[in-house]
Amino acid sequence: MPRKITYRKALNEGLDEELANDDNVVIIGEEVAEYNGAYKVTEGLWDKWGDKRVVDAPISEAGFIGMGIGASMLGVRPVMELMFFSFAYVAFDQMMNNAATCRYMSGGLINVPIVVRGPANGGTNVGATHSHTPENIFANMPGLKVVSPSTAYDAKGLIKSAIRDNDPVYFMESTVLYGQEWEVPENDEIEGGELLIPLGSADIKKEGTDISLIAHGRAVITALEAAEILSAEHGINAEVVDLRSIRPLDEQTILESVKKTNRAVYIEENKPFCGVGAQIASMIQEKVFDYLDAPVLRISSMDSPAIYSPPLEKAQIPDAALIVKKALSIC
Amino acid sequence: MATKSKPKSSASEYADADINKSLSAEDKIEFLRKMLRIRRFEQESLKNYQVTNKSGGSNIGGFLHVYIGQESIAVGTISLCGENDHVITAYRDHGHALTVGMNMNECMAELFGKATGCSKGKGGSMHYFAPDKNYWGGHGIVAGQTPLGAGLAYGLKYKGLKGCCLCYLGDGAINQGAYHEALNLAELWDLPVIYIIENNGYSMGTSQERSSAHSEKGLAARAEAYGMEWDVINGEDIYEIRAKTQIAVKRAHEECRPTILEIKTYRWEGHSIADANKEKYRTKEEIQKFKDEHDPVQVWKKAMLEEGVITEDDFKQINKEAGEEAKAASKFADESPFPEVSSIQDDIYWEVDNNTEAGRTGRHFFHD
Repeated sequence: MPRKITYRKALNEGLDEELANDDNVVIIGEEVAEYNGAYKVTEGLWDKWGDKRVVDAPISEAGFIGMGIGASMLGVRPVMELMFFSFAYVAFDQMMNNAATCRYMSGGLINVPIVVRGPANGGTNVGATHSHTPENIFANMPGLKVVSPSTAYDAKGLIKSAIRDNDPVYFMESTVLYGQEWEVPENDEIEGGELLIPLGSADIKKEGTDISLIAHGRAVITALEAAEILSAEHGINAEVVDLRSIRPLDEQTILESVKKTNRAVYIEENKPFCGVGAQIASMIQEKVFDYLDAPVLRISSMDSPAIYSPPLEKAQIPDAALIVKKALSIC
Repeated sequence: MATKSKPKSSASEYADADINKSLSAEDKIEFLRKMLRIRRFEQESLKNYQVTNKSGGSNIGGFLHVYIGQESIAVGTISLCGENDHVITAYRDHGHALTVGMNMNECMAELFGKATGCSKGKGGSMHYFAPDKNYWGGHGIVAGQTPLGAGLAYGLKYKGLKGCCLCYLGDGAINQGAYHEALNLAELWDLPVIYIIENNGYSMGTSQERSSAHSEKGLAARAEAYGMEWDVINGEDIYEIRAKTQIAVKRAHEECRPTILEIKTYRWEGHSIADANKEKYRTKEEIQKFKDEHDPVQVWKKAMLEEGVITEDDFKQINKEAGEEAKAASKFADESPFPEVSSIQDDIYWEVDNNTEAGRTGRHFFHD
């Protein structure tokens, strides 16, 4: 019986393994050490690794992320937690100007091997300021990489690769997924002895023939629920494609899926305007137009700031019923 | 002073500080040469910025923030740097770059946007880098470099290296939040960083009096709020710059603690050369007074003449050589090729540039 662990535990294992793998890896963030993490992702790591490797930062995102960028230029590999990715906005200059462009502006003399990670999701009734999903904003900037895992397995394999990557990686998680469990093998069950998933490789979460439901982050899980309904109630065999990383992007896997199914819907919890789905829809129509039997549809969060009211926020974020409805409209 | 056997500079009470007593005549001449090289380089760059070339445009695009009048600060402070000491600054960065040892050719070629520039034409005037010389830029956003300076210090401490980071900023940067966040971290975590406020009196066209609330003790004294050490320095006196900065360097090296230094100086030109109001927010007379009475090059020259380290002819010779070097740099830049259009997408991702497996996995660029 393969073991099951939570998304949170998977991240924790990935961080722990990378702390062991490289002395230069240091975890920095608010409440990551003595408090064991606001969402317990770093639980136990301070006890195990001590003050030097797991560092509590003051509430000072521009300060400690900028500091991490500077330290990374000297070969330290900071993994910095944003308690919410929404807080990236107070560190925006550091994350957009310094992390993304120092390599370019130095003509390639510098690289910035940092990871900034934390939850980037709505759906938890914490209002607009704590519910931002900025994956499209950061993926827009050349020099940055953006990763958004949907399962515990992916979270572990991707965080390890992100930490080993020599470019800045912004790693966007979901508080809704932290407590959910998936199968994640023990290291001794894996060829090579550890779980590493390359950035830039999408994953077919469910094979199908009739329509491609393409998504990232938690929307993948919603798409899988919708695929079950489409199959059980409508006899439609949907394929679910998980980007896993948004930049770099596994274009080939997406296009192959659409060539097979001839129909595509992009699903995300992000906002629609210039969202990730806009980029993917543009790419699909441009590259495999002749294979399409219907327009490429996009499903996103409703186009307003995140609402607080719990039942309304539920309605604001795409659910399986909406995906089913949209899919049926082109099948 | 009359009792001393060796003639001393009348300009500075800091000439006898230990750190200055150990200077050889060659060291002192080198300071002069470095200041003159910055000045002549920038005068040459000014010409290239204002010239109309064969194509009908200027040789240099964008902004040009020159350091003329402030040269003693980079030269004096960086003269204290050892193997593990690092430098990072803002956009008025030519002086620091030449002082750490970048050459005029690569610096001028960068201004011209040429492939032979220090950043292959990708950074421009505000973004010079030379990590091999412990020089980490050249940063365009006011105070954006101040957390990075804390980070370089953090990196040194993390790796157990006895060194420090000299992080320069202008007086206009001291009201940015990033700077205060960096100060808090620097003191909280005992980081060996020295924030050097080059106070030239104006944040662009707004005088220091109109932009910064502070006590009578000056700008660096805000350090007291963080429990940090600070000092104020007369920027036209290299002896004073070295004597007081050395205390901060020692504090960083021996105690792993930060310092803020305010070094008073004056910029002769506008905020950038595009600053049309440089004689409106201050008077011509004010500018002339600083040129006549507080020019750090002339102050140091006078001290060197008094000390018998140089003659007037030596000065002329050094100045002439610096001018010739700057002219040659212009020629080099002018004759250098522009980068290929195909290079625009190089130097963005380390993994792609190095053709690693990670760099080959997935699509990194979305421009067809």
